Amino acid sequence: MSHTDGGIEDSDRAPGHKFEDEGELGASIQSYVIGLVLSTVLTVASFGLPSTGLVWGPGVPVALAVLAIAQMGVHLVFFLHVTTAPDNTNNLLALAFGVLVVGLLIAGSLLIMANLNSMFPMGEMMRMAR
Amino acid sequence: MTTADVFSAPRDPYKLGHGHEPSRPHAPGHGEGGPAPTRVIVGFGFWIFLLSDVVMFAGFFAAYAVLHGGTAGGPTGAQLFDLRNTAIETACLLLSSFTCGLASAAVGARRSTLFYFAMTTTFLLGASFLALEVREFEGLVARGAGPTRSAFLSAFFTVVGCHGLHVAVGLLWLLTMMAQVHAKGFRADILSRFLCFSLFWHALGIIWVALFTVVYLWGAQP
Repeated sequence: MSHTDGGIEDSDRAPGHKFEDEGELGASIQSYVIGLVLSTVLTVASFGLPSTGLVWGPGVPVALAVLAIAQMGVHLVFFLHVTTAPDNTNNLLALAFGVLVVGLLIAGSLLIMANLNSMFPMGEMMRMAR
Repeated sequence: MTTADVFSAPRDPYKLGHGHEPSRPHAPGHGEGGPAPTRVIVGFGFWIFLLSDVVMFAGFFAAYAVLHGGTAGGPTGAQLFDLRNTAIETACLLLSSFTCGLASAAVGARRSTLFYFAMTTTFLLGASFLALEVREFEGLVARGAGPTRSAFLSAFFTVVGCHGLHVAVGLLWLLTMMAQVHAKGFRADILSRFLCFSLFWHALGIIWVALFTVVYLWGAQP
């Protein structure tokens, strides 16, 4: 194959320096259309949920969290194309590690601050500081 | 053992390099052999950067979650947030993620007209998002609910403002990508840069999903 773009021959490139150029416009757009439809549905559900009263009041934040996590999954799969293909294994492992760090950071902060607040209520801390 | 045997022996008897095991051709690390394509390596490197960015946002989210009750007698989220504005912002960013995907597809198919159209639309949607956010911030500051009012508002302006800053940088990057494609065409190095840009833009969309849920929708709960 000796096709050129921008004056660079295929043989001049680093091994594997090649981007998918199958020219299948429809097939690649399809994934984005599915992603758009799914995330629109989830977004509308997120914004509409609190006012409909379909979910028991105190359960609304949990339902919103579930919808948000689902939408992040939709974005990852259909927009960022994170798959389980062999050339994506490293990306997936890095993502898993990132999720672990994020979870530890947020859950850990909340846990520690809640503990601190129950041991030393804010008002008492203020008095102690004086 | 003759010298011929020594030279014909495999140089990598334990398959430490790129695997060629015919029994498991599709297992991870046992692909078709040879180095991974540049697209995969560039994508992985930029993915690591994006994850570090997400960890930074997680820190701000943790700060917001801890401080959201610290209103210091000032206004709460339920009194301040205009969910209609947030919904329009969300629509802008979601559609811009989609049009950025269209631009990726156009790059894949080397369609420059579709590419410029999709990128311009992405820019306009991103700029509208930013304009709405700036207007919201101005409104809050004008009502005396600026970042110095309470710990809750400091955390709010930090996390939302940091995302807005990312969007502003993304818009600049978008313009430079259009200029580069215009000047240099769909060259291999330009395609690498565009791949990174599209990953960045989609990552901003994901962070916004967490943001509108945690900050706005949870914050507006009575």
